[in-house]
Amino acid sequence: MPDTDRVYLISGARPLGGDPVDLLVADGRIADTGTGLAVPEGAETVDADGLIALPGLVDLHTHLREPGREDAETVATGSRAAAMGGYTAVHAMANTDPVADTAGVVEQVWRLGREAGYCDVYPVGAVTTGLAGANLAEIGAMADSAAGVRVFSDDGKCVSDALLMRRALEYVRAFDGVIAQHAQEPRLTEGAQMNEGCVSDRLGLPGWPAVAEEAIIARDCLLAQHVGSRLHVCHVSTRGSVDIIRWAKARGCDVTAEVTPHHLLLTDDLVEGYDPVYKVNPPLRTADDVRALREGLADGTIDIVATDHAPHPVEAKETEWSTAAMGMVGLETALAVVQETMVDTGLLTWAQVADRMSAAPARIGRVTGHGRALAPGEPANVVLYDPAAPVEADGAAMATKSSNTPFRGMTLPGRVRATFLRGVPTVLEGKIS
Amino acid sequence: MRHLLSSGDLTRDEATLILDTAAELARVSDRSVKKLPTLRGRTVVNLFYEDSTRTRTSFELAAKRLSADVINFSAKGSSVSKGESLKDTALTLQAMGADGVVIRHSASGAPHRLSHWVDGSVLNAGDGTHEHPTQALLDAFTMRSRMGRLEGLRVAVVGDITHSRVARSNVLLLTTLGAHVTLVAPPTLLPVSVHTWPCEVSYHLDDVLPKSDVAMMLRVQNERMHESYFPSVREYSRNYGLDAERLACMPPDAVVMHPGPMVRGVEVSAEVADSPRCTVTEQVANGVSVRMAVLYLLLGGS
Ligand SMILES: [Zn+2]
Repeated sequence: MPDTDRVYLISGARPLGGDPVDLLVADGRIADTGTGLAVPEGAETVDADGLIALPGLVDLHTHLREPGREDAETVATGSRAAAMGGYTAVHAMANTDPVADTAGVVEQVWRLGREAGYCDVYPVGAVTTGLAGANLAEIGAMADSAAGVRVFSDDGKCVSDALLMRRALEYVRAFDGVIAQHAQEPRLTEGAQMNEGCVSDRLGLPGWPAVAEEAIIARDCLLAQHVGSRLHVCHVSTRGSVDIIRWAKARGCDVTAEVTPHHLLLTDDLVEGYDPVYKVNPPLRTADDVRALREGLADGTIDIVATDHAPHPVEAKETEWSTAAMGMVGLETALAVVQETMVDTGLLTWAQVADRMSAAPARIGRVTGHGRALAPGEPANVVLYDPAAPVEADGAAMATKSSNTPFRGMTLPGRVRATFLRGVPTVLEGKIS
Repeated sequence: MRHLLSSGDLTRDEATLILDTAAELARVSDRSVKKLPTLRGRTVVNLFYEDSTRTRTSFELAAKRLSADVINFSAKGSSVSKGESLKDTALTLQAMGADGVVIRHSASGAPHRLSHWVDGSVLNAGDGTHEHPTQALLDAFTMRSRMGRLEGLRVAVVGDITHSRVARSNVLLLTTLGAHVTLVAPPTLLPVSVHTWPCEVSYHLDDVLPKSDVAMMLRVQNERMHESYFPSVREYSRNYGLDAERLACMPPDAVVMHPGPMVRGVEVSAEVADSPRCTVTEQVANGVSVRMAVLYLLLGGS
């Protein structure tokens, strides 16, 4: 890793897509901003002409796989992938082996993140022991641990028991935590392989109906409002879910929601060739759902973009559809996909992108050092992004240990040129440093 | 035509060519020396991940009548049952120089995946709840032989449509060939998007039978009852089973088909099963001719 004492002058970057300014980075902070800043002695100049500067991105939903599935990803490789995608903080999901349901496991993940040093790794704690959906995990111990867990989720599994969900929502209020629900009614999705609709019927694959997601979201919003707790909805994927969340917010429910880049771009007809690179949970939906998700993200119904980065080894995807693993890698393509689907379509400004991908996820996760303004005195967590550098997505060329990108072969509009974590470049000139 | 993965891949001309070729080959089967030298030196692998002696035997017979070398690679007792992946099995078959692979698999889409990993032709012999194109071809062949035409023929397909690869393949092929299909089932056994399929739908068998030239009865598996698709086998049979009384409501030359294995007394009463209007054994015989035609057209060139 480079010298932490180094001073950088980022010249000509466009903060939040605005007019070009220089950013002086020293002592881990943004020391000064303005036009024509003098280059201090010994400072390294980073030419950011034409690049968008955003606060370092924050992912509320990342699967780093360690401990347990180091063949797919480790905290080190996953956090390098995060840095390459412009992220300075990620929340590592709890469905590891062993499950992150004790203070010991979350502290291990937290420590591995610090040792890797490419981004801040915030472990997510399990809601229930072993993700089994039966008993509350030691939520308080995880919150009080060195990892300071604030986000709890059984992601991959739904906390389907209504009473247990109510208790979890109530319990985390003691330390301002949040339950991030993977909304999937289990009985309605037994054996489900893809979105239920025309394509699943034609392909003879058991369907995952939209209602299985929407019914849980509706229930959870009502529960959260009843007990006065915060609820976060993971990877919203259907038009109905957007409608329900919009309705719940209007009646005062403290609910936030995320959408993944792949649900903003891809549709279920990609499953036609039975290539499991398109197998994901929740499944790819229809073009109408994609439209609703984009509208929801634009109008604030959906608060954030989260990657649900889910690496899998090659053999888990090079198989029959029904036995293949669910999930896609996404850290290194997220910002470009958001540009393509939201910025280039006129639905979001870059300032709003900074909100949806940095400030709002930091707020939901109660992460204080990220998602802040690009202003003097703030921590120098910065991503420099080139919105006019088309690149073909290629899993093999990515920093993640796995290569299961559904954008394979697609040309995405831009790329991350540099990422700074507290003043230290984790990525420079598009390469990990 | 390199592979046969779905009935939907066949144009009307291609489907007709298969049926015409099958008719010619059927004449060979009537001779005392049944073998043709057409596929001599070619290797056909039967890769069966599901037990289906009837389908495997039918393909084996078809390949042998065309003088191909046949390897039966069944999942039981091979490396497949020890957890070898489909891809590794495919690479093995590739190394053996398989010209054609006939695959039966419980996973929908397995033949599609296989077609990316082998150079030879892949023939879908039934994949999960997706398709069974040679069954549809032999059904069409049987209808054409019996009724003399397919254009305008009214075919009722009755039973568990949602989980039936036979139904999917038949809807696609019969529509391509100009027949009119009506699917008959309780709403629980119809796909949610069935209204977008190129066919009619009815919940009432008695409404459909008088207007049908063919009743194709599908097998209903017992486990569907345990999954609450219908309350009891008795109730299913009362509403959707074909007995002599119902057969009498059909036009006089109408026929009853079943892809087998048939559960007498559930889908079809014993009396109907044994009636000359039931084509089950004919379908089996036609299966060999149709599979010969498909193997010949896929592998016979060059
Ligand atoms: Zn999830």
